[in-house]
Amino acid sequence: MKRFAQLYTELDQTTRTTTKVQALIAYFRAAAPQDAVWAVGFLMGRKPRRSVPSPRLRRWAAEEAGIPGWLFEACYEVVGDLAETITLLLPPGSGDDHRPLKVWVEQRLLPLRELPEDKQRENVIAAWRELDPTQRLVWNKLVTGGFRVGVSQKLVIRALARIGGIDEAVIAHRLMGNWDPVPAFWDRLLSLQTDDADFSRPYPFFLAYPLGAGLEELGATAEWQAEWKWDGIRAQVIRRRDQVFIWSRGEELVTGKFPEIRAAARNLPDGSVLDGEILAWKEDRPLDFTALQRRIVRKHLTPGVLKSVPVALMAYDLLELDGADVRGRELAWRTAALEDLLCRLGDPRLLTSPKVSAASWSELARIRDDARRHGVEGLMLKRRCSPYRVGRRRGDWWKWKVDPLSVDAVLTYAQRGHGKRSGLYTDYTFSVWDGDRLVPFAKAYSGLTDLEIREVDRFIRRNTVERFGPVHSVKPELVFEIAFETIRRSPRHRSGIAVRFPRIARWRTDKTVSEADRIETITALLNASQGPR
Amino acid sequence: MPAFNTTDPMLENTDAGLYCRICNFYIDPWRPVERAVITHAHADHARAGCGSYLAAPECARLIKARLGPDVNVQELSYGVSLALHGIRLSLHPAGHILGSAQVRLERNGDVWVVTGDFKRDPDPTCAPFELLRCHTLVTESTFGLPVFRWPEPETVMADITAWWRKNAAEGNPSLLFAYSMGKAQRILAGVDPTTGPIFTHGAVESIVQAYRDAGIRLPPTRAVAEARMKGEFSGALVVAPPSAEGAAWMRRFVNASRAFASGWMQIRGNRRRRSLDRGFVLSDHADWKGLLDTIEASGAERIWVTHGYAAEVVQFLKEKGLAAVAARTAFSGETEAPDA
Repeated sequence: MKRFAQLYTELDQTTRTTTKVQALIAYFRAAAPQDAVWAVGFLMGRKPRRSVPSPRLRRWAAEEAGIPGWLFEACYEVVGDLAETITLLLPPGSGDDHRPLKVWVEQRLLPLRELPEDKQRENVIAAWRELDPTQRLVWNKLVTGGFRVGVSQKLVIRALARIGGIDEAVIAHRLMGNWDPVPAFWDRLLSLQTDDADFSRPYPFFLAYPLGAGLEELGATAEWQAEWKWDGIRAQVIRRRDQVFIWSRGEELVTGKFPEIRAAARNLPDGSVLDGEILAWKEDRPLDFTALQRRIVRKHLTPGVLKSVPVALMAYDLLELDGADVRGRELAWRTAALEDLLCRLGDPRLLTSPKVSAASWSELARIRDDARRHGVEGLMLKRRCSPYRVGRRRGDWWKWKVDPLSVDAVLTYAQRGHGKRSGLYTDYTFSVWDGDRLVPFAKAYSGLTDLEIREVDRFIRRNTVERFGPVHSVKPELVFEIAFETIRRSPRHRSGIAVRFPRIARWRTDKTVSEADRIETITALLNASQGPR
Repeated sequence: MPAFNTTDPMLENTDAGLYCRICNFYIDPWRPVERAVITHAHADHARAGCGSYLAAPECARLIKARLGPDVNVQELSYGVSLALHGIRLSLHPAGHILGSAQVRLERNGDVWVVTGDFKRDPDPTCAPFELLRCHTLVTESTFGLPVFRWPEPETVMADITAWWRKNAAEGNPSLLFAYSMGKAQRILAGVDPTTGPIFTHGAVESIVQAYRDAGIRLPPTRAVAEARMKGEFSGALVVAPPSAEGAAWMRRFVNASRAFASGWMQIRGNRRRRSLDRGFVLSDHADWKGLLDTIEASGAERIWVTHGYAAEVVQFLKEKGLAAVAARTAFSGETEAPDA
């Protein structure tokens, strides 16, 4: 634990990637495999679930620190991170613990969830007393289920690849899917033998960057394949050894959530892997994304839900065919093979994403403008001769989203942010005019520069009208252009509408509050963006 | 406005700051007034445009360095009383920066003390905080939450030196942001100057000079502008005000490791959102414990809590049975004050 906490500090104390990779290599070289596997898991983002409810931790920490509960909450609001708040408030611990990470995780952390409250309390407080501040922070982050450190999966993979002298893509693939953090996995991870595939394991997803440069720079239109950019759940469907596995992009096994797709995929030939988007799909059209969202969070899929929100896989790539990895083949080949495969199957739950054909970039741009009416987010541009790559790469895949909708709205409420933005007021609520009243219509957290954030923060501190716990109501004075992707009616929102992905497009310092948009403007957007049903 | 039932209080809270009606002066006014008593020379406490200023001698020097040689500043040495309309006014070290003072007012045995900004930790560049007994205490609360608990300054200085040494060994500059008046000089006096050359930003260098003129011993420094080649910065410590961050000025420091020395660095988010490599927890204000200890040791019956986490400190004191109120101010307050 001490050594892992030290790694955490080293990663936290530099912004340079080379230094981070060096720190990772030094840690993995020195660590026992039993500890290293847990560390790899945590660093790759496989954090354990919260093992103790937050209110309990807050209560115990306040007691241990000898301060009233309200003061703990005031501190939490300023620090913006529960694990850190607790660490800062506790009296110094002994810090003389030398037990390895494996012991801390397997004997102290994981059993915690199942313990009765008084035993949980005993164990958590004992840990606090044994650990030094850095170890405590790491421990608290593991207990609250919020473990994160400033290192990307890419860097962890790079460090492991250097240690093992293996290709990064191989390491990335071995870290996909389910694996147990046991010493034997460490050997498999760094093994030079490459015919080791666990048959449930997905391939690393190839991810696109948003199109930044002009279209002309992409070259001839004919070299590119255009498809709709679907707004669903990115997924990989694996059919191997008589079994079906559906993996989300977050590497969660979600097979059980989509029984229709699972049933359909059973008819695929053995050794097939498809990449695509799971959509709520009805009458040849995608349903609103929120429908899918509501279905995913349900614990039990009732016949009613299956009927009202049926799903389909909109497949757009083929990664494995007849048990062979075909990611190195050209996109044109893979697309043809995919269409051939699914066409033979003829199952309406396994669709191939239709190609959007256009003779020129300008024609394609016109088609994109119409994307909202098709219920899609825009277009995907893929180079016909490209392989299926690993991770987020520039050059061969671009996402080209439709320009967002936007309205000018007034900042009316603010709350402090978390993490990097802790202490600053960065979580804003924006309102528009309804008659002579301002009604909240969206919350947005991103889009301002650091400089603007500080300026707005200063404004909020000086212009707070009322405080409702952590929420401050602010004098209506600042106007911002709020951009968003889609808009729909919602009885649960005070304004009667809900928008998807709202963010701040820019600060309209040129506009006064009275010039902000009215609810009628938004209703008009709502009507205009409803496609034909 | 504090709601104490004291008839004819010595100080009252006004739109321009703490005001003494009997003698017609303001303490650290945030608007131009006729007569100002200044606790210390930071920009938000010593503002331009007042008819006359009263301050401790070292503070007077810094006020002139900042506001120009022609401002009318009257000097009053620590511990010397000035009698005005039945009130005895004296200044006492606050330990915040060079020349910083607490203001003590006494009338018919009733004693008021305004701490100004203060700290309890040792600082070789200014006189240590003097504990004063009083009936009414007006205290700051910049870091008035229990999450603020300062490490030993010696340890922090050793950490800064170790960071500098490591960067120097790799041939890289160490760029350290610190408020130009007070914090920068305290750091210069605390690091090990044998580690390598020290450069300062122009805003820091002019105050370094003023400190040296006041007899404070600081290691040799060179202004960044004087360097002839970029290579001169490799292995150097460069001290700059936070406002220099992100400016074109910074481009000359190739491969620099960047750090910030401030009490706000106690919270990781403050460091991370600036993409700093290191945050050194070093403050010229009292931490939570320093604040509470000072309030208790003052023996005050009434406590006014100003800029900072006033609401929280007041509630905490009230729960301990003390008569406390929050007094509003226009000082930098709970934001990441540059002089923290």
